Amino acid sequence: MTEITVAPLADVTMPRPRGSVRGRLQDALPKLVLAPSFAAILLFVYGFILWTFYLSFTNSKAFANDHLVGLSNYQKLWTWTFETDPPSGWYTAIINMGLFGGLYVVCCLALGLTLAILLDQKIRGEGFLRPIYLYPLALSFIVTGTAWKLFLDPGIGLEKAVHDLGWTSFSFDWVVNPRMMIYCVAIAGIWASSGFVMALFLAGLRGIDGEILKAAQIDGASGFMMYRRIIIPIMRPVFFSALIILTHLAIKSYDLVLSVTGKNPGGAAELPSTFMYSYTFTRNQMAVGSASAIIMLMAIAAIMVPYLYSELREKSQ
Amino acid sequence: MSAADALLAAEPRRDPSRSSMTTRIVIYGLLGFFAIVYLLPLVVMVMTSLKPLDEVTGGNMFALPKEPNFDAWAKAWGTTCVGLTCEGIKGYFWNSIKMVIPAVLISTLLGALNGYVLTKWRFAGHRLVFGLMLFACFIPFQSVIIPMAVILGMLGEWGNFFTDNLGVSLGFGNPTVNLVLVHTVYGLGFTTLFFRNFYEAFPTELVKSAMIDGAGFFQIFRRIMLPNSGPIFIVTVIYQFTNIWNDFLFGATFAAGDQSPMTVAVNNVVNTSTGIIEYNVNMAAAIIAAAPTLFVYVVAGRYFVRGLMAGAVKG
Amino acid sequence: MSFLEIRKLKKRFGALEIIKGVNLTLEKGGFLVLVGPSGCGKSTLLNMIAGLETISEGEISIDGSVVNDLHPSKRDIAMVFQSYALYPNMSVEQNMAFGMEMRGVPKAERDAAVTEVAKTLQLDHLLKRRPGQLSGGQRQRVAMGRALVRKPRVFLFDEPLSNLDAKLRVDLRTEIKRLHQSTHATIVYVTHDQIEAMTLATKIAVLKEGVLQQVGTPYEIYNNPANLFVADFMGSPSMNLMTGKVTRANGHASVLLERVDGAPIELPAPRGADISALTDGRAVIMGIRPEAITDLDGADRHSKGISMVDARVDVVQPAGSDTFVVTKIAGKEVTARMRAETIVQPGQTVPFAFNLDKALLFDPASGARL
Repeated sequence: MTEITVAPLADVTMPRPRGSVRGRLQDALPKLVLAPSFAAILLFVYGFILWTFYLSFTNSKAFANDHLVGLSNYQKLWTWTFETDPPSGWYTAIINMGLFGGLYVVCCLALGLTLAILLDQKIRGEGFLRPIYLYPLALSFIVTGTAWKLFLDPGIGLEKAVHDLGWTSFSFDWVVNPRMMIYCVAIAGIWASSGFVMALFLAGLRGIDGEILKAAQIDGASGFMMYRRIIIPIMRPVFFSALIILTHLAIKSYDLVLSVTGKNPGGAAELPSTFMYSYTFTRNQMAVGSASAIIMLMAIAAIMVPYLYSELREKSQ
Repeated sequence: MSAADALLAAEPRRDPSRSSMTTRIVIYGLLGFFAIVYLLPLVVMVMTSLKPLDEVTGGNMFALPKEPNFDAWAKAWGTTCVGLTCEGIKGYFWNSIKMVIPAVLISTLLGALNGYVLTKWRFAGHRLVFGLMLFACFIPFQSVIIPMAVILGMLGEWGNFFTDNLGVSLGFGNPTVNLVLVHTVYGLGFTTLFFRNFYEAFPTELVKSAMIDGAGFFQIFRRIMLPNSGPIFIVTVIYQFTNIWNDFLFGATFAAGDQSPMTVAVNNVVNTSTGIIEYNVNMAAAIIAAAPTLFVYVVAGRYFVRGLMAGAVKG
Repeated sequence: MSFLEIRKLKKRFGALEIIKGVNLTLEKGGFLVLVGPSGCGKSTLLNMIAGLETISEGEISIDGSVVNDLHPSKRDIAMVFQSYALYPNMSVEQNMAFGMEMRGVPKAERDAAVTEVAKTLQLDHLLKRRPGQLSGGQRQRVAMGRALVRKPRVFLFDEPLSNLDAKLRVDLRTEIKRLHQSTHATIVYVTHDQIEAMTLATKIAVLKEGVLQQVGTPYEIYNNPANLFVADFMGSPSMNLMTGKVTRANGHASVLLERVDGAPIELPAPRGADISALTDGRAVIMGIRPEAITDLDGADRHSKGISMVDARVDVVQPAGSDTFVVTKIAGKEVTARMRAETIVQPGQTVPFAFNLDKALLFDPASGARL
């Protein structure tokens, strides 16, 4: 196509018979088809977010009510953020979020990139290996958590197996140790998601123009330099995508914590998501739960909105 | 050419075959090691499910089962206790099936129509509409779950009202219907994204040509778009199936007791606070819960991966 | 009244005006080629005739009735797209019949029409195949067949040959021409390839930035371009354009062309030019096609306007049938088309025969013909 194309084919540019009812109906048909979905999204997503936002300003307990109390729920969360001795549930949730999120994102990126680079070395049996790194993605977090809980169980899992090998002083009880549980959640999470990052990076690597690599080779770039100076910089957008996706998955993760830790005993592995759930549905403090949900949403919006905006803009230009 | 050539060409002074040999061994060694790490949890899970309980608690988890049998599977399926009832997880498996099929079909079909409109029948503001639908994919569901619970509670009241007056609930308050609704609504963003991106690359000239040929909005969709959308349909269906089948949060929140989907039931079996922990039965239950999505992954892995990538690389 | 009439047509996308008031007519059975560089608005114009783009202002009428508000399917037109736009899920046969099927034409009638067209285009043996199983040329032929089978009032072609390799393009060009001669169909054809335009058209419309530059027969467009743009755009190699100055002496006007090395060249003003406009000292651009500059033996013996100029040869490009010789005059490269047997070497100074009967003068500021 060599011509200027502005809005490839828009119904606003289509001729319409003036005045005829049928013509006007034909005209509105696409919008009518889209309308139910869009309305559902507006109501069930944006309407509900506003509703939750509203609830966070009330003193709703077990049931929603209209008694407005201003910012007091947010104030409560703010105070809890600094309540370290004994740690408040919210403080634990935030610390755990940092630990879990940081480990999850960094390790997934590192492991994913490593695996992708290794797999890109003209490996025989790549078709056999790749699905092995990716299959955890097909499992639910409940199943993943169940598997890892067994695997790390000191009584019958890894610790026992190492003892059987003769190293009897070996100790690995993280999955039942409240202070270390969150690391087990991170391990299971990394296991579940790193294959996905690997696939993203591998696609990125395969997408690099071979001629650029040839040129770099002629310029004398060695294997390591080739990656450091040419390949990894070219893949920066992939890094960025992976980073965004992983961060938002980390903030949303909920079921993994429950299943790895066995229903999060004593709130030791509390995360904002579990905090929200327990305050809303078991502790009858719906308003506080709403406030924490809004904070989670804000955190995700802060990373997703600019990202989606730039992606959409890039595409349209 | 791949980066491997560059890696091998790194030190030309040394004997190239020897240096490359060492490099290759390290590469394969690492890949093999990671493959084992990725496979171990599943292998241990399967082996545990094939052992009797005393062999699990008394033996080594890496040891092969002495007399592999499916007793634990049978128990998980038919007689283990989920909450207070001890009829196994089979009922929950069907709950999930009943929920997942309509939810996948409806959300996929709506996604296809939305994608068609958003690419081939654009209107002023189409980008905003798509942006809003796209962002909906990424919200934490915690931010909508309370109003959803309130609304579904209200629908349940209506269901009771209809049951009292008409004898049938008309589906109001039915947990399966609720979950289909919830999964359809919150899946729409992704299905629309998939189809929009696919149809974006679909030649608009075909639509123009069909229009000149006299085909209308639905005729073009049915005769031109749909027959050429096979791959993206498979991708979307697999993606939705995996997500909905594996969901826990909505299932745990909006369906209670014996109406729960599979994931909730498995969690209840595994994390029960009463009685001794039957690791073998737990693992069998978990494997049964994972079986459908694993099966899809094995049969159509290519499409599975494509869906994941499409969900990550937007625009 | 003409069969296809376009009156004061305008197209705006927001503040951007793509088509700036175009008037065009085409008689029944005519072959109109819209030609121009990328972004000149020719495809937009075609899409407006098809009904795929709305009209911001003005009118389009086919066979006496205004079609502005008619849906594309109601205009009784057929369109061949650059990408062919064959439905990949349908066989060749189904592709060709789809338009009739949508219009509710009975199956038997559809089959008969498809068979007939397939025979004329030699597509009979391909009818059961899918587009994916066809070569580029075959797909192109199917796309034409799909248009033909409907027997529409107007055929629209949107750069139908641009996706083909050079040899196939020439073959299909001939085929389209033959088809037009045998069916007397009314055709509007968009291309950026001026050779396609010259060979196919009964009428050429040259567009630039949404403005019609000239409409005329291929002969008129080539030999009497209305302005510098048309002169430069049509023809390959393109017309030589040299900046010079008018000098007047006892009623005769001539054009003075400066040279870096050597004396300026003085050439008599072409006979076609408007002498009264040529005031002394006025800057002009002289345009002369490569085939009007030759070696002496190759010059047109019937022409009375041959002027000889000695110039240094820069580059020699043998092209088989001819040899193109490039020199520099007035700071510009000037290409001459000499006979293939001419022997010249770069660096030599040789005589060039300018046939000034074929030369044209343009105003440098407006680009208009003088």
